Amino acid sequence: MSFDPSLYIQYGPALLNGFLYTVLSLALANPLAILVGLVIALLQSLSLPPLRWACRSYIHFIRGTPLLIQLFLLYYCGPTVGVRLDALTAGVLGLGANGGAYFAEIFRAGFESIPKGQVEAARMLGLTPWQVLTRVKLPQMLVLITPPSVNQVIIIVKETAILSILTVPELTKAAIRMVGETSAIIEPYVALAAAFWLLVEATSRLGRRLERRVARHL
Amino acid sequence: MLDFTEVLPYAWPLLIGAGMTLVVSGAAIVLGMAVGLLLSIGALTGHPVMRRLIAAYISFFRGTPLLVQLLISFYFLPALLGINVPPLVSAVGTLALNTSAFQAEIYRGGFLALPHGQFEAARMLGIGVWQARRRILIPQVMRLVLPPLTNEATSILKSSSLVSVVAVTELMRVSEQAVSITFRATEFYVTAALIYLVLTSLLAWIGKRFELQLARSV
Repeated sequence: MSFDPSLYIQYGPALLNGFLYTVLSLALANPLAILVGLVIALLQSLSLPPLRWACRSYIHFIRGTPLLIQLFLLYYCGPTVGVRLDALTAGVLGLGANGGAYFAEIFRAGFESIPKGQVEAARMLGLTPWQVLTRVKLPQMLVLITPPSVNQVIIIVKETAILSILTVPELTKAAIRMVGETSAIIEPYVALAAAFWLLVEATSRLGRRLERRVARHL
Repeated sequence: MLDFTEVLPYAWPLLIGAGMTLVVSGAAIVLGMAVGLLLSIGALTGHPVMRRLIAAYISFFRGTPLLVQLLISFYFLPALLGINVPPLVSAVGTLALNTSAFQAEIYRGGFLALPHGQFEAARMLGIGVWQARRRILIPQVMRLVLPPLTNEATSILKSSSLVSVVAVTELMRVSEQAVSITFRATEFYVTAALIYLVLTSLLAWIGKRFELQLARSV
């Protein structure tokens, strides 16, 4: 068994195509997850009991079941209720819905860290609720929520590999295909592991810079 | 139409699958605990070369997707070693190595939280290095890290659904097989999700119980 770099020339375009799909999935899933998380955290802070209960149940279900099942429910069970999604859409929506529950918990902790008096004072001074959110709460929360948020983004980056099971042609799928076609094993998996490791490493470096940036006024 | 009575004939296989899920994740968590503890001690007190190696190990297992690690151990290692590794062994082994990297980071934080004077005092009293670790440090570390450890165990329980990809007949794979026979995707995946939800809730409850018990004995 030997390492044959010429395989990378032959399969370069296929691997690159897979890598672009991986980047596309994580670039769509992460903002979606953050948005879902923010919406859930805001709904929870409205203190309407039925809404709160619905949000808690959602978070409990998402955090208590495997991502793989949630993706299967979206992809294979959607058609029985008339929702037919292609693999990439189901995958991105699933990652967003899943990550959203984790982000919601991060944001909730952030909101709870803001003293109530500040919010009341800001409202007294005539700031609208939107201004209170964007000018008072979020800037202060950032220091607290950035490290766990970066962690969650890294988790989502790695979870895009699971989309290969839904037949999304991302990097893992491209590597599995290369194994099947060439029966070479080392080359595809080295490329696969290295690409994900680099993505995760790049994300965590960016995250550390972001952490320093949001903490610069402290 | 949804018809959950279709699930009933598969109640027994599903239960056996759930048992397999518990066996796989339980074995991985316990093995990962032993390896993780050794890694964290090595990372804190070992020779610089060993520290480098441990850091690389942790970086690999935390920086690449679990699915990629499973594929590598399932297809790559047998070809490399020239031996046939049963799917169950490679599944448990990979999950254990994966969680050991995450657990090592958890334990490292625990060890750092303990005052160094304790270890010095124990050594002064003539207690051996390993005995001091085993009898004095590790019991306190375990108490400190119980909440993140419960989280990690829950995460492994859910991630064990991925070993269905490498042909281990646990809950996820049993459900997939039942779906391929009955074409009742929604019924079976919802049932499987609920079983996972029960298992993870149970695990979280046990973790909480332990925490309370330990808090009382302090």
